[in-house]
Amino acid sequence: MDNKLVVSSSPHLRTPETIDTIMRDVLIALVPPLAVSIWLFGLNALGVVALATVACMITEAVLVHDKISIAKIKGDWSAAVTGVLYGLSLPPSTPWWIVVIGAVVAIIIGKQLFGGIGYNIFNPALVGRAFTVLAWPNYLSDWTKPFETPDVDAASAATPLSEASAEISDLFIGTVAGSLGETSILAILIGAIYLIYRGHVDIRVPVGYMGAVAAVALIGGEDVLFHLFSGSAFFAAVYMATCMVTSPFTKTGKLFFGIGCGFFTAIFRIYGAAPEGVTYAILLMNALVPFLNKYTKPKVYGEVSS
Amino acid sequence: MAGETFRGGVEPGHFKYTTEDAVEKMAAPSKVYIPMEQHIGAPCEPVVSKGDKVKLGQKIGGSDSFVSAPIHSSVSGEVVDITEYNHPIGKKAKTIVIESDGQDEADYSGGYDSLDELSSDDIKKIVKEAGIVGMGGATFPTHVKLSPPEDKPIDTVIINGAECEPYLTSDHRMMLEQGEEIVFGLKSIMKAVNCDKGVIGIEDNKKDAIENMKELVKDENNIEVMVFETKYPQGAEKQLITVATGREVPSGGLPMDVGCVVNNVGTAIAISEAIRYNKPSYERVVTVTGPGVNEAGNFKIRVGTLASEVIENCAGMSQNTRKIVMGGPMMGLSQPSPEFPVIKGTSGLLLLTENEVQFFEEKPCISCGRCIDSCPVSLLPNMIAHFTENERLEQAEEYNALDCIECGCCTYICPTKRPLVQYIRMAKGEIMAKRRKN
Repeated sequence: MDNKLVVSSSPHLRTPETIDTIMRDVLIALVPPLAVSIWLFGLNALGVVALATVACMITEAVLVHDKISIAKIKGDWSAAVTGVLYGLSLPPSTPWWIVVIGAVVAIIIGKQLFGGIGYNIFNPALVGRAFTVLAWPNYLSDWTKPFETPDVDAASAATPLSEASAEISDLFIGTVAGSLGETSILAILIGAIYLIYRGHVDIRVPVGYMGAVAAVALIGGEDVLFHLFSGSAFFAAVYMATCMVTSPFTKTGKLFFGIGCGFFTAIFRIYGAAPEGVTYAILLMNALVPFLNKYTKPKVYGEVSS
Repeated sequence: MAGETFRGGVEPGHFKYTTEDAVEKMAAPSKVYIPMEQHIGAPCEPVVSKGDKVKLGQKIGGSDSFVSAPIHSSVSGEVVDITEYNHPIGKKAKTIVIESDGQDEADYSGGYDSLDELSSDDIKKIVKEAGIVGMGGATFPTHVKLSPPEDKPIDTVIINGAECEPYLTSDHRMMLEQGEEIVFGLKSIMKAVNCDKGVIGIEDNKKDAIENMKELVKDENNIEVMVFETKYPQGAEKQLITVATGREVPSGGLPMDVGCVVNNVGTAIAISEAIRYNKPSYERVVTVTGPGVNEAGNFKIRVGTLASEVIENCAGMSQNTRKIVMGGPMMGLSQPSPEFPVIKGTSGLLLLTENEVQFFEEKPCISCGRCIDSCPVSLLPNMIAHFTENERLEQAEEYNALDCIECGCCTYICPTKRPLVQYIRMAKGEIMAKRRKN
C-alpha cells in the first residue's frame, strides 16, 4: 500500500482545463461564422475551410511526429484552429492549391519553425494569409457575391471596403461579398460572447481594437459604423488578435495591443493602397508583444510606490 | 475602507463534505510521537529524559530563543524514547515518544474566568507558556505576533475564519461549536496588543457559522463579523487584511506594519483555553477527509498521534488511496507514508484516490495569462518560472519572486500544466540562500 503513495508538491488540485479544451472551445466559437459562410456561399465554403483545416493538421502531424495516426493528427486541436481561421479568412473562390499552400506555410513558417505551439511570435493563420495575398493577389481579391456559386469565371463583386455602398443591416447580417467567415458581424458576435463567457478572450482586446478603428475613422472623417461593420476587422478583433500565444499576457498589455491593432488597421484602410490592412496590422503588433509585456507589469501587492 | 475582494484567486471547488460532522474526541493512542519542531523558529530541546514519567500537559520541550514555542505532552505516561522520527514537513526530526498510561493525569489546573485581573504582559506570558502557535497551518509562535514593537501600534485584530482551503471544515466546526471561546480568545488578543477593534472574517459559504458568530458578538460594539467572498486564498493573511481593512501589507513586511494582527480561529480557542483552564496546546481539531478515507469527519486529536492511527480510527482508507496530504489540497504537504505524527499545525488529513491524483503532460506556456490573473500578489508567475528554469535568478528576483505567498493558484489554473509555483519556490530558496551567503 505505502509504496503506491504519490508524493508531489502542492497544489494537489488542478483545473481540468488544458490546451485541448481551450482549442475545442475556440472551434465551437467558430461555428457561427462558418455556418453563415455556408449559407452565403454554399458548400464551396465548407470545402475551402475543410481543406485548409485538414492541410494544417496533417502538416503539423508530419512535422512533429515520426509516425502519424488519427490521434496525432488531432493533436491538441491548435492546428485545427489555425486551419479554420485561415480558411475563413479566404475569399470563397480561392483555388484549392492556394488553400493548401497557404495552410502549409501557416504551419511551417508561422508555427513550427519557431518551435511549435507557445513559441511562435506571429499568428500562424495570418502568416498563411499574408503569404497567399502577396503571392497571388489576383486570386485573393476575387470576391463572390452572396448566394452565387463561386467560379473563377463568374462575375465578381468588389468587397464593401473598396466600394463603400453596402447597407449597415446587410453588413450586420453578413449578406455582402467578402472573405468566408468575415462578413457577418452577428455570427462573430455570437462567437465572441461564447469566448468571453468561457474566459478565453479578454474583452480588452476586441474593445480596444474596435475602439481604435472607430476613433481613427472619426478623426479621418470617415463613416465610423461602416468601418466597424465591414471587412475583416471584427473577425480579426475577436479571433485573430486574441490568440493567446501571440498577444500580451498582461491585462494592460492586452488593451494596448488591441488599440494598436485597431489603429494600424484603420490607418492602412484609410491611408494605405490596399483596401484591407488587418493582416499586417496584427502581424506588426505581434512583433511588439514582448515590449508590451515588459512595460505593462502589474503593480505587485504591497509594492512601495516611489 | 474595506475592499469587496482581493485581486486574483481561483475557485477550485468546495469539497466540504464534513461540514455537518460535529467534532468528535479521538481516544488517546497508546503511544504518541511528539516532534521538537512544531513551529517556525528555533526548534525545542527535550527537557525530559528517557524513562521519565510525564503528566498530560507537562512541558517536555523548550528553547531559550524568543521565536519558539514550548512543547507539552499530550498524554500522561512514560517517555520511552527520544529519537529521530518522520516529520510531516518531509524529514526526520527529534521526537519524544511517550507511552500513555491511559490515566490522562493532568499537569495543569486553575485559570482565569475573566480578563480583568490580567495585564497585556500576563496574557502574552500565558500564551507563550502554553506553546501556542498559528494553528491555521503556518505555526508561527503566537506570543511573537502579540508582541509588536512600540512603534507599530495595532488597531485591528482579525480572527481568520475564512477556511478557504477546499475539503477542510475544522475551522467551520469550531465556529459552530466553540464560538464563545473564539470571542474570548479574540478579546484576549485585543487586550494583549492594546487594541479595541476586533474582526472575525468568514467566507460566505459558511452561513451557519456566520450567524452563530454574529449572534455571539451582537452586544459587542467593537467586534464585527465580516463576510467575505468564497474564493481561494481568501484566508491568506495579507489578502484577508486587505479585504478587511483596505490596507496592503508592504512587500517584505508583516501585518503589524499596517496595524493588524491575524490569528486563526483554532489559535483563538487555544488562547482562550490557556487563559481559562491553564491548558497548554497539546491537541487540535483536524478534518480527516477525502475520497480515500472510509469515514470522514472532524476530530479533536492529540498532538503526536500518528496519521495511520487517525486513519484507522476513521475505519481505514480505501485500497485505491494514492495520496495522503497533511493540510488542504492547495497548500498541504503530501506524505510518503501515513507513519507521521499530527502536529500543532495539522488542520487536515486529506486522502486522495487515483481518481484525483492525476498526471498531466507538461506543455509549453501558451501565454494565456491565467496565472497572472489568478495571482493574489500580482506577480508574473509564467516569467518567474521561465527565468528559474533557465537559471536566470537575478531576473526572477527582479520580477519579485520573493513576494510569492506560495498559494499555488498559478499551478492550479495553468492549462499547460506547468509547475509554476514549484519553480517560484525554487527561485525563492536560491535567492534567500544567496542573500545569506553575502
